[in-house]
Amino acid sequence: MLLALKLDGPLLVGLGLIAVYGLIVLYSASGQSLGTVIRQVLHLVMGAAAMLVLAQVNPNFLRRISPWLYAFGIFLLFVVAAIGIVGKGAQRWLDLGILRFQPSEIMKLAVPMMCAWYLQERPLPPSVPSLLLLALIILLPAGLVVIQPDLGTGALILMAGALVVVMAGLQLRIMAALLALGGLAGWLGWHFLHDYQKKRVLTFMDPQTDPLGAGYHIIQSTIAIGSGGVFGKGWMNGSQAQLEFLPERSTDFIFAVIGEEFGLFGLILLLILYGFVVGRALYLSAQTQDTFARLLAGSLALTFFVYVFINAGMVSGLLPVVGVPLPLVSYGGTSMVTLLAGFGILMSLYSHRKLIGS
Amino acid sequence: MVRGVRIKDHWKEQRLFEQRALLSGAALALLTLTLCVRLYILQVSRFDYYAQLSQGNRVRIEPIPAARGLILDRNGVLMAGGQPAYQLELVREEVPDLNATLKGLVDIGMIASDEVAEVRKAILSRRGFDSVPIRLRMSDEDVARFAVRRFEFPGVDIKTRQTRSYPYGEVGVHALGYVGAISESDLPRIDTAAYAGTTLIGKLGVESSYENELHGTNGYREILVNAEGRSVDKLGAVAPQLHTEAPTAGQDLILSIDMKAQVAAEQALGDRRGAVVALDPTNGDVLALASRPGFDPTLFGRGLTRAEYASLAENSNKPLLNRALRGRYPSGSTIKPVLALIALTDNVITADRKVLCTGEFHLPGSRHMFRADKDEPRGWLDLSEAISRSSDVYFYGLASTMGIDRIAAGLAPFGYGKVTGIDISGELAGLLPTPAWKKASFKRSEEQVWVPGDTVNLGVGQGFLLVTPLQLAHVAAILSQQGRNFRPRLVVGLRDSDGHVRRIAPIEGERVSGITQANWNTVLNAMIGTTSCGHYCGTAWRQFTGSAYTAAGKTGTAQVYTVAQNAKYNASATPETMRDHAWFIAFAPAEAPRIAVAVLVENAGFGAGAAAPVARRVMDAYLLDASGKLKPADAPPEPPPAPGEMLVSQTPGAQPAHP
Repeated sequence: MLLALKLDGPLLVGLGLIAVYGLIVLYSASGQSLGTVIRQVLHLVMGAAAMLVLAQVNPNFLRRISPWLYAFGIFLLFVVAAIGIVGKGAQRWLDLGILRFQPSEIMKLAVPMMCAWYLQERPLPPSVPSLLLLALIILLPAGLVVIQPDLGTGALILMAGALVVVMAGLQLRIMAALLALGGLAGWLGWHFLHDYQKKRVLTFMDPQTDPLGAGYHIIQSTIAIGSGGVFGKGWMNGSQAQLEFLPERSTDFIFAVIGEEFGLFGLILLLILYGFVVGRALYLSAQTQDTFARLLAGSLALTFFVYVFINAGMVSGLLPVVGVPLPLVSYGGTSMVTLLAGFGILMSLYSHRKLIGS
Repeated sequence: MVRGVRIKDHWKEQRLFEQRALLSGAALALLTLTLCVRLYILQVSRFDYYAQLSQGNRVRIEPIPAARGLILDRNGVLMAGGQPAYQLELVREEVPDLNATLKGLVDIGMIASDEVAEVRKAILSRRGFDSVPIRLRMSDEDVARFAVRRFEFPGVDIKTRQTRSYPYGEVGVHALGYVGAISESDLPRIDTAAYAGTTLIGKLGVESSYENELHGTNGYREILVNAEGRSVDKLGAVAPQLHTEAPTAGQDLILSIDMKAQVAAEQALGDRRGAVVALDPTNGDVLALASRPGFDPTLFGRGLTRAEYASLAENSNKPLLNRALRGRYPSGSTIKPVLALIALTDNVITADRKVLCTGEFHLPGSRHMFRADKDEPRGWLDLSEAISRSSDVYFYGLASTMGIDRIAAGLAPFGYGKVTGIDISGELAGLLPTPAWKKASFKRSEEQVWVPGDTVNLGVGQGFLLVTPLQLAHVAAILSQQGRNFRPRLVVGLRDSDGHVRRIAPIEGERVSGITQANWNTVLNAMIGTTSCGHYCGTAWRQFTGSAYTAAGKTGTAQVYTVAQNAKYNASATPETMRDHAWFIAFAPAEAPRIAVAVLVENAGFGAGAAAPVARRVMDAYLLDASGKLKPADAPPEPPPAPGEMLVSQTPGAQPAHP
């Protein structure tokens, strides 16, 4: 039956386990709010529906709409920016009356699709002119999102596009050169910054220097994780989370709630589930039969991991704090739908592989 | 799919992708490993550190102030205790519109319009869920007025807190002291941790000197708080073991004060400025310690307004001055019995030698006249009559004959010029003048010389000699016990919260020795003569007519200024504050003294007229039963007048009724 529905059983099981684990944690993290859990179940249902629908779609259709979807997304980003200018304030949402959504979420899928579409007919590894054009394809939407301002999502869009290029075989020496160039630009730019700007950057890099401001989140989340120990304080017994010392406990910092209540054991279990899902997704992407499918599927799999790593790294104090939710666990509808839609695309690319190019 | 000549090589690309997928997998594994190492460091290596931080986050220690000990008189009458006081408190987050609420409170008279800015600031400086006091000291009327309109003020409510109350108001305030806000000057002498949760501390009197005993030991309660510091009531597994340590209430003080005598003393002084000290001469117990005018100590505990404090501090009658301990006055003629004892002991005179008194005294070879007052007894007087009728001329001559060195040496054992050592602070030593003192105290050389006239003045308790009412009560007590000397004390016992009473033993000082029984008898009989009529009438006989016991006493009139050589002292022509102070010292019953009293009334004229009646009332109150008969020494206590029956003015520092 799963095959008839073009779904992948192991991947579905992995995603389902993560989602159930997430709901259990969310009940505790939301302060035993059953309403929150029910709304999150609705998000899951919406995401699962998107996944189911996209899994049925012919990859050729996805391939064809890629440039149009990308262009549509860019258009929406400009609209949002224009509304933001008129409304004199930060603007991420587009209010369509019945529902509000963030065009930047479309770009999380549209950018890798566009990159894969662009590279599918070109020889790999990509040539330098191709790379320049790809840079434009990626940086334009990422830049528009960063100025919204939404640094986290901008970085994720950049990452999703860049991963396509990496999977396409970008030469290691070019990667090294790009990294060196970035470092040099940062070093040069540093000297042009005002003192207060430097301070802002330093606080971003090391929040501990601002314990009541930006550092407060990270200090409380490391306390939560650290005090959880090996087996945790028990479900609904995390004092950091239950007594609201931990900010954003049911959204971006829910990873710390797991660490506090289920300990190292609970976090490793979660990482194993994520590892299984990413591994399976990478395996599926390697099974696809053409360049577009491979690059897109591989990018989706890796992006999923990047989400997990950035969120876990930020909550445990390894990375600066950027607003990235923990996939399938953090409360919220938009990222849930986007992520599951991505897996829907991945399943479509895998399960329709015999149709491709025939 | 067609494989053309184009450079695109699908097989190679497939291999490239697989290679990249493997590479990515390795990178993923590496990153995951980094993450796991980080989690291991947090949750295993540094677990203790973070567990402690987490515990510190959620548990806040809140002090529970100990109940302050009560103060009781010797018969168990409550003199100071705790009483709930009402105050208005506001919780900002429950108030819909702070400005409108404050305006509404001004309109119904709960806060003054000029206080609004200050109150607003106080509210905004606290957290939204804190209950901030915005109006202290609400009267019953205020409470009632607010209560009917409470529904208009969500977030504002009446709260009670414990304050110190003194049921007798002003009565005994100078013995009790009061409880007031902890000030900068208190900080060095207290352990601030022990005062967490309290803002009050004892000031003056026994409230201050027995602060440690009264204060008790604070308890504490660990409460679970959330990130805002708001107390949360989450029982269940989130709650760690929260410790609560109950406070230990302060010890109750049992005073030597007899409230009946104390009330009598304050009533007898009324609105006049003065002091009364009554001692039990057999053990030093202070039976009454009054200084008028007084003030209501309750005011300080609930917070004094600036105007109220100014009216106390700047009042010309000095209600804050403890005259009993700190008022220094010439002793007047009350010194005569003591001088007589010294002279008899030193064989300067004999009891039956008579001296011709003319109303004037001149030092040999001097024209300076030492004046005696208009009621001065004249003719040939022996020592007893000179004491009973208070002859100045007799004692001018006696002092002159004795000389200052002998007088000073004889007065010192009676406690002149030094503190009695009473168990509250602030006592002044008075002044026992000597040639050495005079040399050291004056700048100009002609003033440094001790002249014979200084000695003559000392003979009637004038000149440089200064005493406090407490000192003279102590002298009266020593006289009554024929030299035995007990240190005055206000606290006779401490009762802990379990009800165990620890009695404090009296402290006996060095006995006045060397005086023969015959000489004691002579002088004490002369003091009995003061309050009675035999061959002649003593200066205070009128005030003791009809007394149920025999009293021994001595009047005194302390000059505030020196009358010019050829002028007469005219009380009505002298400004009130320059008029003579009235003294009376006494003890009773004479045959077995149980009470010794010193009374001072400022600017009241003759001791007999102004001070003796006060002493009589205090002794009557202590010694007599309800039917006016002398109580046996071991009689059970009687209740003092109820607080409401006090006739003493309740206005702090009121002007005297009579000029």
